[in-house]
Amino acid sequence: MFGNILIWFVIIPVLMMAGLGLCRNSSMAAIRTVMVVGSTILLALAIWLCVDFLALRAAGNDAEMLFTGSWMWYAPLNIHLAVGVDGISVLMLMLSAIIVFAGTFASWKINPLPKNFFLWFALLSTGVFGFFISIDMFTMFMFYEVALIPMYLLIGVWGTGRKEYSAMKLTLMLMGGSAFLMLGLLGIYWHSAPEGGELTWNILEIAKNNAVDPSWQNLLFCFTFVGFGVLGAMFPFHTWSPDGHACAPTAVSMLHAGVLMKLGGYGCFRIAIYLLPAAANELAWIFIILTGISVVYGAFSACVQTDLKYINAYSSVSHCGMVLFALLMLNTTAMTGAILQMLSHGLMTALFFALIGMIYGRTHTRDIRQMGGLMQIMPYLGVCYMIAGFASLGLPGLSGFVAEMTIFFGAWEDSDLFHRVFVIAATCSIVITAVYILRVVGKLLLGKVQDEHHWQLTDATWFERLSTVTLIACIAGIGFFPNWINETIQHSFLPIVQAIQNAI
Amino acid sequence: MGVTLPILILALPFFMFLLLGIGGVKMSRKVAGILGILGMGTTMTLAYIVAFTYFFSGDPAFILDGVRQQFQVFDVTWLAFTEKLVVKIGFLLDPICAMMLVVITTISFMVHLYSWGYMEGERGFQRYYAFLSLFTFSMLGLVVATNIFQMYIFWELVGVSSFLLIGFFYRLPSAVSASKKAFIVTRFADLGFLLGILTLTYFTDTFNFVDMTSNPMNVLAETGGATFMGASVLTWAMVLIFTGGMGKSAMLPLHIWLPDAMEGPTPVSALIHAATMVVAGVYLVARMFPVYCVVDASMTFVTVVGAITAFYAAVVACTQIDIKRVLAFSTISQIAFMMVSLGVASTGGVGDGHHYTGLGYMAGMFHLFTHAMFKALLFLGAGALIHAVHSNDYTKMGGLRKYMPITHWTFLIGCLAIAGIPPFSGFFSKDEMLAAMFNNNWIWGAWMTMVAGLTAFYMFRLYYLIFWWEENPDYAHHKPHDAPWQMSVPLIFLAAVSCVAGFIPFGELVTWNGAPYHIHLEAPVACTSIIVALAAIALATKMYMKKNDLPTKFKNALPGLWTAAHRRFYWDEIYLFITHKIIFGCISKPIAWFDRHVIDATMDGFAKVTQKVSFAIRGMQSGNVQAYVLWYFFGALALAFITWICLL
Repeated sequence: MFGNILIWFVIIPVLMMAGLGLCRNSSMAAIRTVMVVGSTILLALAIWLCVDFLALRAAGNDAEMLFTGSWMWYAPLNIHLAVGVDGISVLMLMLSAIIVFAGTFASWKINPLPKNFFLWFALLSTGVFGFFISIDMFTMFMFYEVALIPMYLLIGVWGTGRKEYSAMKLTLMLMGGSAFLMLGLLGIYWHSAPEGGELTWNILEIAKNNAVDPSWQNLLFCFTFVGFGVLGAMFPFHTWSPDGHACAPTAVSMLHAGVLMKLGGYGCFRIAIYLLPAAANELAWIFIILTGISVVYGAFSACVQTDLKYINAYSSVSHCGMVLFALLMLNTTAMTGAILQMLSHGLMTALFFALIGMIYGRTHTRDIRQMGGLMQIMPYLGVCYMIAGFASLGLPGLSGFVAEMTIFFGAWEDSDLFHRVFVIAATCSIVITAVYILRVVGKLLLGKVQDEHHWQLTDATWFERLSTVTLIACIAGIGFFPNWINETIQHSFLPIVQAIQNAI
Repeated sequence: MGVTLPILILALPFFMFLLLGIGGVKMSRKVAGILGILGMGTTMTLAYIVAFTYFFSGDPAFILDGVRQQFQVFDVTWLAFTEKLVVKIGFLLDPICAMMLVVITTISFMVHLYSWGYMEGERGFQRYYAFLSLFTFSMLGLVVATNIFQMYIFWELVGVSSFLLIGFFYRLPSAVSASKKAFIVTRFADLGFLLGILTLTYFTDTFNFVDMTSNPMNVLAETGGATFMGASVLTWAMVLIFTGGMGKSAMLPLHIWLPDAMEGPTPVSALIHAATMVVAGVYLVARMFPVYCVVDASMTFVTVVGAITAFYAAVVACTQIDIKRVLAFSTISQIAFMMVSLGVASTGGVGDGHHYTGLGYMAGMFHLFTHAMFKALLFLGAGALIHAVHSNDYTKMGGLRKYMPITHWTFLIGCLAIAGIPPFSGFFSKDEMLAAMFNNNWIWGAWMTMVAGLTAFYMFRLYYLIFWWEENPDYAHHKPHDAPWQMSVPLIFLAAVSCVAGFIPFGELVTWNGAPYHIHLEAPVACTSIIVALAAIALATKMYMKKNDLPTKFKNALPGLWTAAHRRFYWDEIYLFITHKIIFGCISKPIAWFDRHVIDATMDGFAKVTQKVSFAIRGMQSGNVQAYVLWYFFGALALAFITWICLL
């Protein structure tokens, strides 16, 4: 069991928690050491996995999932701890590791109770990593819940503003989604053996047998897609996102928008679309309407917000809406674009929230009307913010452009009027994005300094620089050399698209 | 040709951008300036070598049986959307590309040199050079694009470099809003461009220019005669692609960003907003020319948009006070001239008109070349004036010819060139364009001759108001003087080019199909245009050479027209209304309100209802045994009743 590299993605965060448990509450140095060592190992592990994976693929190993392993956990219900990764999961693990790494440095000076904060933070990462390595629906769901619960405490204790309200709202809404999800997963489980064999939770087996009865698929698709869609901030279930992000501490916002929201999109194609392809073909239009609304609606809402975090939360609604929107196009190119958008949005939003945290830590306000001309005072943070903004509005050379273009070209493959109208509406969002990004940049960074006290503020410290440079390097890396990622993702989508084709 | 030189042409400016952008903070101004100028000088030399090799080496890869060939130096995969739709980054060498390499690197080098004097003492000098390098890189990438998607990529990049440079003085709110406006307006236009690319490539299954333009009838056939709202989809695609060009080239109604873009440093206006980036739209149409030719409707669209814009901008230019705005509107008008010229051209077949078919294309490109030179000259001259007088308004100038002889003479050459007076370069290119227009339809010819007359008028109005008219009394305590050598050298060089560029045998070098074209002057067209130009100059001389009250009389005779033209026919107000009142006021704000007060309130409502209900039924769990017994009794009764009903 321990010979499988994937298991270590769960073990290491658990070890980190154990290590943190041994630290004294006041010993900041020890806590930081544990976190830095742990997150660096995770990052190294993710890179190693990625290289190994690509090498195996290059060597001609065309199995759908690599590094698979399965261990019985609860025999009466046939629940396994089953792990395995394809190209998409590898990239998602990489994304999570990068953001955990950057998040650690972004919360370098967390206060109060640093030990407890990092404990929950590590638990959250356990859930995230566990989710991406699982191919057993039950363990996947379990890890999903493990990732959600710490959020309540992280926001409720370390947050700002109306933190109790927001934490409660976020948790309740996501739990509501989980309830739907549980129904959907159980339904799939009960229909996983049409010929009367043993019921299974294993995604690959269910997909291979194309098991779920078509008459049940529509209902189960709605349950699972809505369940995951809540986490993916699908209209009208997105309102937890602005409040939750606004109140969450920096690292939590980063991890939440950067990775946790990706769990939604990942689940949507891995379970809802892959296991219920007939329903996906039939019902995609309903969700195309909802997600299409998300894309435009989020962008317009962001235009008039005045709180930096609200702006980015609504922008996330728009961008994550684009992820689900692209997945529902049900062709390889658009779905590849969706994954690229997940990566791009994850990195970019993490960068945004990190920077907002850094600015807020200095100015103690997030209201753009009370700030101005920060570029003169903190040029490093200002330039980073602009880069994040450019990535968000899809400037070539940064990751957002690659993702959006892949989505648009993929989505354009469906030539009926319905798809065309919604794709054109979605493309309009790139103009609206430019409007709200430039509005913020203009008010926050450029122009005259609004508050004389801001002249005393300092630019980024070394750990802040490390955090931002890591993220920017990844954003530019995807933007400059997208094709290897693109190919990896496209290859991973082959079985899923095949399943969709077969179900028509 | 090896790939080293072409790669270096692209890589060097990008490297300079990174070097100056990241390392600039640690450099002194002098080091940054010299590095920037050296880098650009090297790029220019390399570009010259490539262009001259292409035009004059006689290599069969470049010229075969007297016909210039399109040559893809390299083309590497960047991103594969599908198996067929693959985005590549490459370097396509053909006549217009080689010409643009020369134009961009020459003007860019001149601007680098000029800025050393002009931007001296400005904060962020290093950053300025970094942005200039970024712009040059993006613009070069745009013109060498082998495929329409590569062009789109660099199209966006020039947009952002323009944004950064317009907003260079970012402490000024006016510069910030101008840069924002430029970016958003062009971005909106680029949305059209993107939709056009999507539509076009949906049918062609390729992004590659050579594949599309070498057999345009194929492109038409591939669309299978599909139509949408009465027009063929190919027309839609080409018009949408042209929308992108309208944004960058500031055609009506997407022109509003260009006059405001003058908030940027003047050398930037010369480089980006006069000579290079704003002609990207013309370049785009020229690049896709054979495909445009197969759909007449799209060509007519180009012509009409160009003709209206040319006239509009020329009228507005007559009433502006800020000298850079006059030049900006003049630029819009001249680019529109090129658009019309392309619009009236065709790849046409045989017969009497055959001589003229490609003339408009050749003339448009010729004018692009000459205009780049003399307009950059005029802008740099304006920069020297602003540098000396510290104001953009001609009201603060007047009588400067005695104080600034170099600026005066070079500016005069620029004015003569743009007015179309022989032997200056503008005359030759404008004459060819007018000949092409007259040949297509006399209406276009007459209309554009009128615009040419207006051009001569407003340019000489500007010239006289700056250099003649009445001396500004402020000169007594602040005597204006010519600029330092870094600024004068580019002026003299560009003036020299403007004098001789008309004699370049352009038809031998740049034509739509690569076959040489023999230019000859058309006496009637040339005579008409010279007479119109001279008459306009005479009128300007009468009105503006010496201080008199003629201009005021004219203004008072037509107050409504003058004010409307001065306010640029209220386009900015219309846009402000649309963006602020409609988009912010009627869409964004209601959506944000709806989100908080309807959707979120519903979610909160669920929670509240749950809470209320819990409170309401809490009383039942009272712990009072008698109450429980009572509930038990009623419950049992109800169950018995239901059972009885069911059994009945």
